[in-house]
Amino acid sequence: MNHLLSVNDLSKEAAISLLTTARELGVVSEGGHKKLPTLRGRSVVNLFFEDSTRTRISFESAAKRLSADVINFSAKGSSVSKGESLKDTAQTLQAMGADAVVIRHGASGAAQRLADSGWISASVINAGDGTHEHPTQALLDAFTIAEKLEISNFEFTGLRVGIVGDILHSRVARSNVLLLQKLGAQVTLIAPPTLIPVGVHSWGVDVNFDFDSAVGNLDVVMMLRIQSERMNELFFPSAREYSRSYGLDKLRLDRMTARSIVMHPGPMNRGLEISADSADSQKSVVLSQVKNGVLVRMAVLYQLLSGASSL
Amino acid sequence: MSRILDSGDIDRALKRIAHEIIERNQGISDLLLLGIPTRGAILSERLARVISSIEGGIPSGTLDVTLHRDDLRLRPPRPLSPTSIPSIGIEGKIVVLVDDVLYSGRTIRAALDALGEIGRPKSVQLAVLVDRGHRELPIRADFVGKNIPTSASEKVSVLLQEIDGQDGVDIEAAK
Repeated sequence: MNHLLSVNDLSKEAAISLLTTARELGVVSEGGHKKLPTLRGRSVVNLFFEDSTRTRISFESAAKRLSADVINFSAKGSSVSKGESLKDTAQTLQAMGADAVVIRHGASGAAQRLADSGWISASVINAGDGTHEHPTQALLDAFTIAEKLEISNFEFTGLRVGIVGDILHSRVARSNVLLLQKLGAQVTLIAPPTLIPVGVHSWGVDVNFDFDSAVGNLDVVMMLRIQSERMNELFFPSAREYSRSYGLDKLRLDRMTARSIVMHPGPMNRGLEISADSADSQKSVVLSQVKNGVLVRMAVLYQLLSGASSL
Repeated sequence: MSRILDSGDIDRALKRIAHEIIERNQGISDLLLLGIPTRGAILSERLARVISSIEGGIPSGTLDVTLHRDDLRLRPPRPLSPTSIPSIGIEGKIVVLVDDVLYSGRTIRAALDALGEIGRPKSVQLAVLVDRGHRELPIRADFVGKNIPTSASEKVSVLLQEIDGQDGVDIEAAK
């Protein structure tokens, strides 16, 4: 494995191996000894063309805990705002000796382009490309599900996961569907018809337009952020109507099963897709997702950067 | 290929090492065993059972050294093994590291680094089933099951019931 561009780059075994590695990293980085020497002398570039707080910080923190050097690059305030192309930016980073490039870009396929173009020899990690994929988010979600529901071997057969919200524009949903299915879970997409992608029947998932009928039968409820820039595009009549039909409020929260959990990739719009009650409830594992994100990204960096570079 | 230790030899070696550990430390107070995965961890558990039967219970755990190795860039990425430190911790304790084969000494160097990240033991000792020589670092074992003179081109394999279905130590000439 040279790059991590899509969940489809991972076999089921490779995914489980990454998740197991993340768990072991969690054991050894707890108890005060947080810094490991493993990637000393390697450098990781965070190449962010889109705004991000937690993903960038998470990758930065993961790289630093493994003693790699981190260079942060954001499009704002860089030569990109002067019109530099992705190619020239990438080659600049190559000349500076980056071993891995973590890229977030608004265009679907940007990470693939960077990896396949031959512009750079570094490992490319997709940290979100347009509406395509966000594989490390899916890995950290799977890790958190296994931790909270105590599934130590990462076999999710029989597990019922509902993904609720803007499936159409969500790279988080795409990556999660792929990974959860790989691990054996049964995925239900819950959204208004306007936010369900065309061709979803080929994904092998269930689709339900009625959140109320589904909420009591799920082990995991994964809420997606409604992006405010979509509000004016008429996918639903109003924010309030969306919230009433597809928001996770107290009533729906109370109908969830006893052991079930609530997830959200963040940032949350409290009062829109998730009520404050739900976000702060015992069932919410949002902060564990953030914490586990660092472990999963450490595992990915370890897997891509620790071995011989020719492999 | 020839077998240099059979199952009985391994048992006797572990019993002797157990007695030596107890003798050297005048009992087992403040003592704990840490096995280096994979086979060192199993030997550590066996050793803990033997010591327990002689002197009483002794804490045993595992210490994965992969993240501290100096040869990570020379090989494909290695999967990590579990680390479990007994709840009493290692601070001020006498830690006996247990491994199957002592060769270059690099694994033990990595183990000492890994240990240093966790705490400051009072002292660290090393028990190995086989010492095959060819050290590349100034490291020696305190307790040795068997010294086996080898050439660097030979391959030494330790087989254990729990993983390999049988006990034994084999030596194989280079192909």
